[in-house]
Amino acid sequence: MANKILGILEQSEGRLKKVSFEVLSLIARLSGELKLEAEALVIGSEIENMNDASGYGVNKITHFKNINFQKYSSSAYKNIVYDYAKETGAHYIFFPNTSFGKDLSPLVAAKLGAGIGMDCIHFEVVDNDIIATRPVYAGKALIDIKLKSEVKIFTIRPNIFKPIKLNSLATNFDVKQIDNPDLKTKVIEFKKAEGKLDVAEADIIVSGGRGLKGPENFYLVENLAEELGAAIGASRAAVDAGWRPHREQVGQTGKTVSPSLYIACGISGAIQHLAGMSSSKYIVAINKDKDAPIFSIADYGIAGDLFEVIPALSNEIKRIKS
Amino acid sequence: MKIAVCVSHVPDTATKVKVGVDEKSIDPTGVTYIINPYDEFAVEEALKTKEKFNCEVVVLSVGGENNKETIRKALAMGADTGILLKDDSPRDSFGVAKALAEEIKNQCCDLVFMGKQSVDYDNSIVGQLTAELLDYSCVSIVVDFKLDNNKIIAGREIEGGKEIVETQLPAVITTQKGLNEPRYASLKGIMAAKKKTIEEKAAAPYSSLTEIIKMKKPPAKQPGRIIGTDASAVPELVRLLREEAKVI
Repeated sequence: MANKILGILEQSEGRLKKVSFEVLSLIARLSGELKLEAEALVIGSEIENMNDASGYGVNKITHFKNINFQKYSSSAYKNIVYDYAKETGAHYIFFPNTSFGKDLSPLVAAKLGAGIGMDCIHFEVVDNDIIATRPVYAGKALIDIKLKSEVKIFTIRPNIFKPIKLNSLATNFDVKQIDNPDLKTKVIEFKKAEGKLDVAEADIIVSGGRGLKGPENFYLVENLAEELGAAIGASRAAVDAGWRPHREQVGQTGKTVSPSLYIACGISGAIQHLAGMSSSKYIVAINKDKDAPIFSIADYGIAGDLFEVIPALSNEIKRIKS
Repeated sequence: MKIAVCVSHVPDTATKVKVGVDEKSIDPTGVTYIINPYDEFAVEEALKTKEKFNCEVVVLSVGGENNKETIRKALAMGADTGILLKDDSPRDSFGVAKALAEEIKNQCCDLVFMGKQSVDYDNSIVGQLTAELLDYSCVSIVVDFKLDNNKIIAGREIEGGKEIVETQLPAVITTQKGLNEPRYASLKGIMAAKKKTIEEKAAAPYSSLTEIIKMKKPPAKQPGRIIGTDASAVPELVRLLREEAKVI
């Protein structure tokens, strides 16, 4: 019988990622509204911060373990999620909308014949079913959707659903050893990028565009990001010019982001860029041209020379933080 | 070996989206349609693979008559044949994958390229769904691709770095910007593409798993304020970020 709501947690290098706690809190909330039981699973080798997952209102978390799961294997992981969903009678399955969740969730959906809605930012329970809201056209519009299949799969955008510790209920942890996983498709190496934080996961992003005039001036953005503990983003113009790597690109052909604070430096605000970052909670624009479109969506703007403003901002933040 | 490359026909990214009268889709008035930008990397990679292994490339697209423009664009770049899997009603990702999977099986293609997502509905799942329906391997968001006999080594862009994935044919690869530089269609290619016939077939029947209840514009952002024109505004900006926005 379909009576479970299942959350798939993500770990990286043996640590549960922040988005995993967001998944836990969300399924706990929805399980209450739908009167279903919430359970979660994580696939990995050793997981050092497993106990941190306790107290979010999820009854049970199962850790599927194998030494090979230090690295991701879509062929092995999809079978584990599929089997567990079948065994528990999962009615809803939630994944994080990360490169991991985006790869794995459709594989599981196809195996289960489940409908799937990606990158959801809001869920509402109406008539005992979920209505999910998701951005389309990189955020230029939103759609409310309902899935018509027996099993329904959703992925959630990171940074939107706040993890809330309830501590009302202890979580039971279970470990299951997986023997002979199907490793037909597997990660053999992880090459870490130089930057510390990824735009898709960061709470604060400092982004630079053509106004910086050249790659040699990006140190201004880097310094400010360093002071704020922020990730570095870039406009398409800066990426296409070869100043910055594509993984930093924010916008319709880059990443769509929703941080708490987005600081746009020397970015005029092409429609594709605005679509990718306008759902940020607070937007600051620093740009010489006071008529630049970026100011139309910025909460706070300084219409001045970024070569003066950014260093002053870095210094001011350094001063108040010390 | 035969390669399939799947393309979708989408509104130009410069489009200002207006919600249509049905409140379920966009208003198509004045919208220019293009080949999905991520699919251009797929076409390029298919052509590079063709040049190396001397095999055939077939272009597939699911949708209405207008998709032929996009198929023709891929033919002009150098693909050999094109097939439109016709369905005039919009399909969800699962429906597109089902139509593609059936034709890929018909065509006996063992390597499939497509963009990692379409820039309209942004689900980013058609490749993975197609792979699983066919029981093919899948690597998504690929920025490096190497094929050696049946073995694939692909670089996959993830948060904070790159995963190097090993798998084997048959496989579906979804392409990300950075994989290659898509070529421009030559004049000769454009002329040749005009002469090529695009076969038309009914897309495999499908009953949608997704119901779109409503399309809407995101809540408009309140117009902000410009608090200064030089570095003297910085202390006020920091104060607002701390006390009003409470984000730092």
